[in-house]
Amino acid sequence: MSDQQSAPHIPPAPSARPVLQLTQLVRTHGSGATEVHALRGIDLSVYPGELVAVMGPSGSGKSTLLTLAGGLDTPTSGHVIVEGTDITTASRRQLAALRRRSIGYVFQDYNLIPALTAAENVALPRELDGVSARKARASALAALEEMGLGQLADRFPDEMSGGQQQRVAIARALVGDRRLVLADEPTGALDSETGESVLALLRSRCDAGAAGILVTHEPRFAAWADRVVFLRDGSVVDETLRSQADSLLSGQAGR
Amino acid sequence: MSIRHGLLALLERGPRYGSQLRTEFESRTGSTWPLNVGQVYTTLARLERDGLVAPGGEDSAGHTLYAITDSGRAELHQWYERPVDRTNPPRDELSIKLAMAVGAPGVDIRAVIQAQRHATIRAMQDYTRLKAQALAAIESGRSRERDDVAWLLVLEQLIFQTEAEARWLDHSESRLVRLSLPADRRAEPEPPQADTDAPAAAAAPEPRAFRTPRG
Repeated sequence: MSDQQSAPHIPPAPSARPVLQLTQLVRTHGSGATEVHALRGIDLSVYPGELVAVMGPSGSGKSTLLTLAGGLDTPTSGHVIVEGTDITTASRRQLAALRRRSIGYVFQDYNLIPALTAAENVALPRELDGVSARKARASALAALEEMGLGQLADRFPDEMSGGQQQRVAIARALVGDRRLVLADEPTGALDSETGESVLALLRSRCDAGAAGILVTHEPRFAAWADRVVFLRDGSVVDETLRSQADSLLSGQAGR
Repeated sequence: MSIRHGLLALLERGPRYGSQLRTEFESRTGSTWPLNVGQVYTTLARLERDGLVAPGGEDSAGHTLYAITDSGRAELHQWYERPVDRTNPPRDELSIKLAMAVGAPGVDIRAVIQAQRHATIRAMQDYTRLKAQALAAIESGRSRERDDVAWLLVLEQLIFQTEAEARWLDHSESRLVRLSLPADRRAEPEPPQADTDAPAAAAAPEPRAFRTPRG
């Protein structure tokens, strides 16, 4: 189809600073006979505008990678650099500030606070960061509006579908200046069509400049990513790069 | 793939000439199965021989038009009603390759699986990108909506097909890991979703020493 023009995928310029940089990341649980190597030296950079999917069998280290990237756990060795700050050497105060200002999480079970409306949930990280309630609410409403969720602002979690809650969770993850979103099986509790709408939102936020890591075991959702990283036994075994999809149209598509 | 029935379906909408049929076929299927004009005319000649289409005059530019006949219409409707034949599964190169790789000397079947998984997921990334574009085109209400919807369905079929392949690869890999375990560990019951949720089938932590089962 002649007008199936794709927005050209522009690879990040080498000079662009990654939002997240993992270098030689190692996480070992236990010691001696019960020692488990959850991660064995991972190098991974995620640039603004990029969505990276991490796939692998259970036990391959996907979730460990995400908790380390978000500063929820400490690596045995190696570095986690978020927006230029090494969180493995940061003070607890710096780390807490970074988690409030730079890093957003999206979980399988949404984790919205039931007693708060969608707008209040989205405003919460800003308020915790010391922004005035009025300003926090304004930026929450702006985030919801920008993501096409404005009509949900005053609903409580139990008044929303799972897909709506998950989209609000994405808004909460990226409210304010935050541009790193770490999503752990965000579609796990959703039916396939709703899961797709959540992925479409995540994709569009990354297209708008955020950086995202998506942990999933669903190939169909991983396929929304720019890169797919395969983990096995705590190591990266392989990685895909997205090609120019238009090559499909010239009959090169077949396998 | 049935070019015959594809052409009949387009002709049911009114008389058309050869290269027009080719363009419309490709527009609906996003050039996934490109046709050449020669194939179109050969197929039209056979359809005419079988009485399913008939030459229907010329358009103002002098193109020879073809029209569907009553028996062509009957054949087309039978095609829509009849499920696609599944009695003879098409030969699948990947299945054959894995079947041959099991126990083959000097072949790391896990590497074969990963190389294919890479290619399969990458194809899915391409299809998904095109799908996002098709969805955007439909939502923006552009004029070619009917073709975009047809193209979307074709793309989603490709996505589901590649997804099935990726899941089967995951499943095969964890199946092989399981079978390579000593018998006493293998006796552990499989997780309940092992068949539908392939990656969950390998229990954590995974065995380090993977060997292709031999013999």
